[in-house]
Amino acid sequence: MIVVENLTKNFTLHNQGSAVIPVIEGAGFAVGPGECVALTGESGAGKSTVMRILYGNYLAQGGSVRIGGVDITRAEPREILALRRETLGYVSQFLRVVPRVPTLDVVAEPLLALGHEEEAAFARARDLLTRLRIPETLWSLSPTTFSGGEQQRVNIARGFAHGYPALLLDEPTASLDATNRETVLSLIEEAKAGGAAIVGIFHDLAARDRVADREIDVSAFTPRAA
Amino acid sequence: MTPLLDVQDLTKTYGGRIGCTDVSFRLYPGEVLGIVGESGSGKSTLLNCLAGHLAPDAGRVIFDTRAEGPRDVLRMSEPERRMLGRTDWAFVHQNPRDGLRMRVSAGGNVGERLMAVGARHYGDIRDQALDWLDRVEIAEDRIDDRPASFSGGMQQRLQIARNLVTGPRLVFMDEPTGGLDVSVQARLLDLIRGLVRRMGLSAIVVTHDLAVVRLLADRLMVMKDGCVIETGLTDQVLDDPQARYTQLLVSSVLQV
Repeated sequence: MIVVENLTKNFTLHNQGSAVIPVIEGAGFAVGPGECVALTGESGAGKSTVMRILYGNYLAQGGSVRIGGVDITRAEPREILALRRETLGYVSQFLRVVPRVPTLDVVAEPLLALGHEEEAAFARARDLLTRLRIPETLWSLSPTTFSGGEQQRVNIARGFAHGYPALLLDEPTASLDATNRETVLSLIEEAKAGGAAIVGIFHDLAARDRVADREIDVSAFTPRAA
Repeated sequence: MTPLLDVQDLTKTYGGRIGCTDVSFRLYPGEVLGIVGESGSGKSTLLNCLAGHLAPDAGRVIFDTRAEGPRDVLRMSEPERRMLGRTDWAFVHQNPRDGLRMRVSAGGNVGERLMAVGARHYGDIRDQALDWLDRVEIAEDRIDDRPASFSGGMQQRLQIARNLVTGPRLVFMDEPTGGLDVSVQARLLDLIRGLVRRMGLSAIVVTHDLAVVRLLADRLMVMKDGCVIETGLTDQVLDDPQARYTQLLVSSVLQV
């Protein structure tokens, strides 16, 4: 489902003396349907950078990333948008929404964008918010004023609303209490059982051991200092 | 898929000065394209050339018309272009006073566009005007008031209602949230996003506000000195900018 080959990424900082910072060199791995792969490596090794390249958020300088038959590194913006709508989901650590939009709408939006009936989309959103224990009194409010943990859970609900065949998870269990963490882990297990290919970053070791089938140490792709 | 708008090598100079030069891009149905850049970068010149308000020196602007398929807008006759401006296109000005008739009632402002495309039944026109005032969150009892008595945010929402009532397929927006305070901006952004999704509109939004394009635009075009220096997915351009100027622009935004 996800095939990464010979991926290379540099950052060129034009306004800081055009410094070139090599971050990733020759990265390659594959993730099949129903498989969850954890990216490991210490802070700064490039885990988030790899995730962002997989999502098309960062440009790669070389190599390819094929997800569902589309090479993200070369695709047109509208192809990436279609891929993100239908195939590729991403749960980041930060929630970014239009202010004033109610939580329920935020969670249902990915389904509405795919053309699902409003009734079904909102039913799914209510179900996820209930499972993630967001009090019903908050559903009609914008999540911008919620606590960190609540925003994180709204983000997760949104990420799992549509059953994406490929899913990227950036620290999905960070800042969650035990009960909610359990819910998120079972959501991940359900997605795996449903055939989703998952790439995740988990600092929570117990969570990683439970859901991940394999680990990939990103520091293997860190270029040697010249 | 046929692009809704296919712009090829568009150039506009003012005497010896460059307005915009060699701009090419394609806009597909349902897409929102953001154009950012500092003042004087040519973004408004470009928008006005696209919308037929300025005559470019060279280039082609091919629009996929409903009746006849792709046609070069710049080679259309003036009546044809005006008809397009009343039906398939809409232009939301930065200053609502440029896009509204200030001496005509709110309802009249919306109804006028309908009459321009042939609506004649007073009751129908008024009903549609009421429906649109409601969509842009203007109270029903203000329908007979002139926009001069409205706040800036209300005027801007009225301008959007006036523009969208005829069901256009392409909307040009020049700094649609400029000059409004942030709470009103948020409301307007929410409104525009909802309308774009529900009506399947394509839009070109010119702004200098990066937060606005992040929320509104699927794709981004960065302009400097009349040239397009970077294009791509909005989040990619903002999070991993490649050009020197874009890096400067993104790193200059104040964090709240």
